[in-house]
Amino acid sequence: MTATSEEPLSGMPIVGSADRPFLSVNDLHVTFPTEDGLVQAVDGVSLSVERGKTLAIVGESGSGKSVTAQAIMGLVNRKSATVTGEIWLDGQELINLPQREVQELMGMEIAMIFQDPMSSLHPFYRIGDQIVEAIRAHRSIGKAAARRETLEMLQHVGIPAAERRIDAYPHQLSGGMRQRVMIAMALINSPQLLIADEPTTALDVTVQAQILELIARLQGEFGTTVILITHDLGIVADVADDVAVMYGGRIVELASTTTLYDLPEMPYTLGLLSSVPRMDQKLPERLDPIRGNPPSPIRLPKGCVFQPRCDYWQRVPGEACLTVRPDLLESDPDHWVRCHLKVEERKQIARDVKQILAGGGE
Amino acid sequence: MTNQTSDVLDVTDLRTYFPVRSRGLIPRTIGAVKAVDGVSLSLDAGETLGLVGESGSGKTTAARSILMLVRPTGGSVKIDGEEITDLSARKLMPIRRKAQMIFQDPYNALNPRHTVGAIITAPFKVQKVVPPGGVKKGVLELMERVGLNPEHYNRYPNEFSGGQRQRIGIARAIALRPKLIVCDEPVSALDVSIQAQILNLLRDLQKEFGIAYLFVAHDLAVVRQISHRVAVMYLGKIMETAPRELIYSRPLHPYTHSLLSAVPVPDPKRQAHRKSRIVLHGDLPSPIDPPSGCVFRTRCFQAQERCAVEVPPLVELAPGHHVACHFPIAVEDLPARAEVQALTADDPQEATPDVQIVSREEAADGAAGAAGKGRGAQEEALDEGGAAEEGVSLNKPRA
Repeated sequence: MTATSEEPLSGMPIVGSADRPFLSVNDLHVTFPTEDGLVQAVDGVSLSVERGKTLAIVGESGSGKSVTAQAIMGLVNRKSATVTGEIWLDGQELINLPQREVQELMGMEIAMIFQDPMSSLHPFYRIGDQIVEAIRAHRSIGKAAARRETLEMLQHVGIPAAERRIDAYPHQLSGGMRQRVMIAMALINSPQLLIADEPTTALDVTVQAQILELIARLQGEFGTTVILITHDLGIVADVADDVAVMYGGRIVELASTTTLYDLPEMPYTLGLLSSVPRMDQKLPERLDPIRGNPPSPIRLPKGCVFQPRCDYWQRVPGEACLTVRPDLLESDPDHWVRCHLKVEERKQIARDVKQILAGGGE
Repeated sequence: MTNQTSDVLDVTDLRTYFPVRSRGLIPRTIGAVKAVDGVSLSLDAGETLGLVGESGSGKTTAARSILMLVRPTGGSVKIDGEEITDLSARKLMPIRRKAQMIFQDPYNALNPRHTVGAIITAPFKVQKVVPPGGVKKGVLELMERVGLNPEHYNRYPNEFSGGQRQRIGIARAIALRPKLIVCDEPVSALDVSIQAQILNLLRDLQKEFGIAYLFVAHDLAVVRQISHRVAVMYLGKIMETAPRELIYSRPLHPYTHSLLSAVPVPDPKRQAHRKSRIVLHGDLPSPIDPPSGCVFRTRCFQAQERCAVEVPPLVELAPGHHVACHFPIAVEDLPARAEVQALTADDPQEATPDVQIVSREEAADGAAGAAGKGRGAQEEALDEGGAAEEGVSLNKPRA
């Protein structure tokens, strides 16, 4: 592996101030044994988030973004997977913590919302009762008081007629409404870290805008740190402070949101940004997609994982892209890139592509 | 109908209602969900019409009704000039050669027990068509044309990724050289990089074979990329329809404004400088009991008493630009921010929802200078096609 695995602490990218990140993930590996061989779902991921900030993890299916989140949440089944590395949350290491203590943290210090609200709501129980249970599992508080708190939270997340909806079953609510219930349940114990895994993918744009505004508002009120997992680059631009782009189980670029959209240096990030149809630019005659398909996690290329789809690997002298895995290196302060191309060359490529995009047809 | 033109697809007043039955031993019909309620549209050869709307707007039901996959309750559907609503399943067979469909979910649209070859061969077998050079040669050519490796002829769908499966579905759809393909959210289940590949493929095929697409999608940026004209649906009705340049640069219906303002833009700088943001709180009303008058009035920042009484007809306000609204509003007249708390079934007496509006003047007072910058960014953002080049009234300075 890279220098990161040999010297876990010195090679760790830290975005923002390096003093004391609230959450830091250090050389995280998650490996699943399968019939076809070992799958390195997450391969040496290191990142950190400051308190109250939002980090977006962007990637396509199979990039390892969800598994990274599940590992932080302690949701990866240790019987079917090997998890190594360190996850520090507010001075506490999570991976080697006994299961009991992890469970106490879940729902109290860390909460998660999912793409499908029915994955965290039980269809047989009234939503109010489920949220009351989430409160009473962690805090010794009376039923009536818990119910009052639940009602307040339901109103807070914008559920109309909450005093009646509190006794509704999940199936009686619309998709956007269920998403709000799930957010209410996740935030009821004022967690310090909220992990949102594609929280708006299943929703319509108008509802998506509501939910994103809601998360941002609650984040402002409670000072919650948010990790947002998504494939939608528009949402990232809207809400994230920093972005980690994942590909083939690794972080390939890590930077502040403005830097990443301004001058992305990894050809994959550039490809992603230029293959999205955009409403704010002139209409191109054709989109410029990344060719080929994402790699199979079982048979990853030997060199750079992105090389088979990269348009620029031949610009690197020798065969480094084919044979050597590039390291995640800092090209500018707080801008980490995993690529063999020279920094100046990468920047030039990004400028050229942006020029073409801005020029566009029609 | 009066239409004698060469339209590939001509839909007039299409209605698809699903009965709502009471419970009990003898269920009675007690109402209807008006999934599609009076939709008219037409398509020329080689043209793409984007049909957009939120879930529950009836766009998918409209698409399925047009191909008689769901039998419509009323109205007329003509494919290549032939009325098909009253045809039996057997008589529809020859029509299916002209009109095909691509589905959203490439995982469920392909039979997992059939090889790719068998799947793409099926249309030829069913319709008893032999392409020049034989069926097998035709299938191999199709595979090559849509970007599949012909060597994979004997593989099964589960051996392919989502994007490749969608290519199989496309090969099957174009096998008989149809004049019309109804695409129901064909790229929404795919990864971003693959999405662009499929959109390019669809566009190339259209150029090559002159296929007309009815492109159903909820992603406005995707629809903009592929469509020549766009129709916006809400609760079973068309709210606004216009050529692409107009609908994105000069929309007039409050609902279209709301949709466009909700789309996130992948650029943090522009995102912060959005000129106007319309936030709709609450959900679509139930289609079983739609609002009186204009169906959108319960979530509309422009709603007034009249909207609760009178159904707005779809009127042509500019050439090719039809709008169903009593109070259409131009881009330059939008407020800086509008928050709408939708009416729910709980407040039946109300005619108009609770609306909070921050006007541009107020916004400008609040952040002197910043608003001016914002306006510039928005104009750039809307810069598109002819409308922008003429500058139109977007550049009109406002006091």
